[in-house]
Formats: sequence, structure tokens, C-alpha cells
Amino acid sequence: MARNNEIPEVNAGSMADIAFLLLIFFLVTTTIQTDVGIDRKLPPQETTPPLPINERNIFRVSLNKNDELFVEGDVLSIDQLKTSAITFLDNGGSSKEDANHCNYCKGEHRVDSSDNPQEAIIAFNSDREASYGMYIRVQNELTAAYTALRNREAQRMFNMDFVDMEEIYFDVKTSVQTKKKLKTEISQIRNMYPMKLSEAETKFNL
Amino acid sequence: MKISKKTTNRLPAVSTASLPDIVFMLLFFFMTVTTIKDNTLLVDNNLPSADKVKELTKKDRIIEIFVGKPSPELATILGAEPKIQLDDRLAHVKDVGPYVLSELAKKPDAIRNLVTVSLKVDKNVNVGIVSDIKQELRKVNVLKVNYTTYEGSPERISQ
Repeated sequence: MARNNEIPEVNAGSMADIAFLLLIFFLVTTTIQTDVGIDRKLPPQETTPPLPINERNIFRVSLNKNDELFVEGDVLSIDQLKTSAITFLDNGGSSKEDANHCNYCKGEHRVDSSDNPQEAIIAFNSDREASYGMYIRVQNELTAAYTALRNREAQRMFNMDFVDMEEIYFDVKTSVQTKKKLKTEISQIRNMYPMKLSEAETKFNL
Repeated sequence: MKISKKTTNRLPAVSTASLPDIVFMLLFFFMTVTTIKDNTLLVDNNLPSADKVKELTKKDRIIEIFVGKPSPELATILGAEPKIQLDDRLAHVKDVGPYVLSELAKKPDAIRNLVTVSLKVDKNVNVGIVSDIKQELRKVNVLKVNYTTYEGSPERISQ
């Protein structure tokens, strides 16, 4: 075998191994941080004496310690929560002669359900033992109900989804003028379907 | 025994010289997208998923509170009950108010009203501890909360 007097080329084959090692290190240590979530505003501490609210304007949702969902006293599956919340909010029960008649509601106008969306309140109680995952699911479904109604009205009035309107409003690239216009439109829609979600610390009695 | 000269009839080996380049590319991608955590988690933090979410845009307007069961290596000392983590230490519910106020004091005046408390709560935790935290937040009048979640369709929870 002939001797090779040339300087041998540096073997670059292990470079891949080194790079892989680094790559795996970063893969393992990376935690993709989440920066999304459901926004809520807590009620202030100093509570004004509770106003008398008609029972028909309250939509009672409760979660017991076994993560079972009760809506208005009946067991309901989580998949149906959104539709039944929409039915309640969109009912528009007050008569046409009434001052606060809801002329944009597309509900069934039943007398035993909410008068109009402004007065409709969703009361959500959760047992302390219920799991947080389920709690978030319920919050998510209720948000979905409001969003669906707001989207519908925004689509009817401004030919645009409410979610898109908000997205454009919060975009930094939007001009001040558009923002101004959007702000009035957004608050108009919000007033039509205000999110009245109460989590009052009431006893859960079944 | 005489070895006859080999004829090079077999396929040439695939060149792996560009492999390091590919891997380095991946490496740089991960290095750039990685956000180094500023505090180590002492609790399990397996967030729930939701799809009707809003983005938390401004990082400087957020106060984070972590809740979860202590991580496995700490569970032997601390037990399995859910704990609250503020900054890099475990705390009691009573400490939430003072902590939030002290964090708030560090923020510039102009954005103090806009500060949101991001509740990063493990999905297996009971709601009780979360409502205790909310009570504490109401006491110190910090009312904007965000239940931080992963974005995605909410998974079924076995009942």
C-alpha cells in the first residue's frame, strides 16, 4: 500500500453531528410562549346594591364538581351551550310597543326568555372543585356566542365581521381616520350585544 | 494472493457535505425564534386550549401569575396541591395582591391603567384557587385579566 504524503483533508463529516447536537439542545430548551388568551374584566370590589333583575333576563350556567354543565337547571352538553346562549341573547322578548324593543333580534320573541340583549345577563357559576380546563371551555363557548351575534350584526350593517373590524382597529398600520370610524362602529355593535357575563359568588344549590 | 484492481462499478456515495449547512440553517431558525424564558417554572403549566382568543400584544403591560401542581421533582417536598408561582417563587394566595401592586409600581405611569394580569393556569387545577386569585385582584383593583391559553380547538375533557 502506497504511503500518502499529502496533508489529509479535514473531515467535515462530524460537523453535522456538532450542529445536530446544538439543534437538539435548542429544540429541547425552546418553549414556544403563548401570548393569546380570553380577556375578561373583573367586577370592581365596591358592589352597588344589586338591582332587581327579572329572572327571565338571566341565563344560568353552572358547572359542578364533576365538570357537568347545567343550563337553566338542566344538564346540557357543552356542544349545545353556544346555540342555547345565542337563542337566549337573541330572543328579544319585549313587545313592539315597548321602548326597548329589539328590532334587530332574530330570536323567537318568547315572553319567558330575555327582553332584549342589553338586559340579558349570563350568570356563570362554577364549583370550586371543577377543573380549570372545563371552565375555560365554557368561557370559550360563551365568548363564541357573543362573537357570533356581533359578527352577524356587523356583517349586516357594515359588511364586515366584527372580529375583522377589531383586528383592523388594533393593527398599528391602520390610519387614525379609519381607526376613528371603526371605533364608533365597534362600540355600536358592542352596545347592541353587550357582554354581560356575571360570575357572582352565589351559592351553587342544586 | 494477488488482489485484482477494483473496477469502480458501484454507485458513488451521496455527498453529505451540504448536510451541515442544512442543519445549521435549522439551528439558526430555532435560535432566532426561541424566546428565552425569564423565569423557571416551578409548577406544571399545561395550559388549556381555546379558539375565541385575543392576542396579548404588548409584553410590557403584562403581569404573569402561574398556577399549577408543583413539578414532579418538587412534588415530594411540596405535595401535590396546586401552588401559585409569582415571579420565581411559590407564594400564598394572600401574596398575590401585594405582588401585583409592586409589579404595577415598576411600570411607567402612562401604562398603569392598561396592565393586564395574565393568568397562566394549568388545566388540571380546580377553579377554586383561580377564583381566590380573582378575589385578591379585585381587592387591589386590578381588574383586567386574561386567561392565557393555547390557540386551538378546545379539546374534549373526559367526564
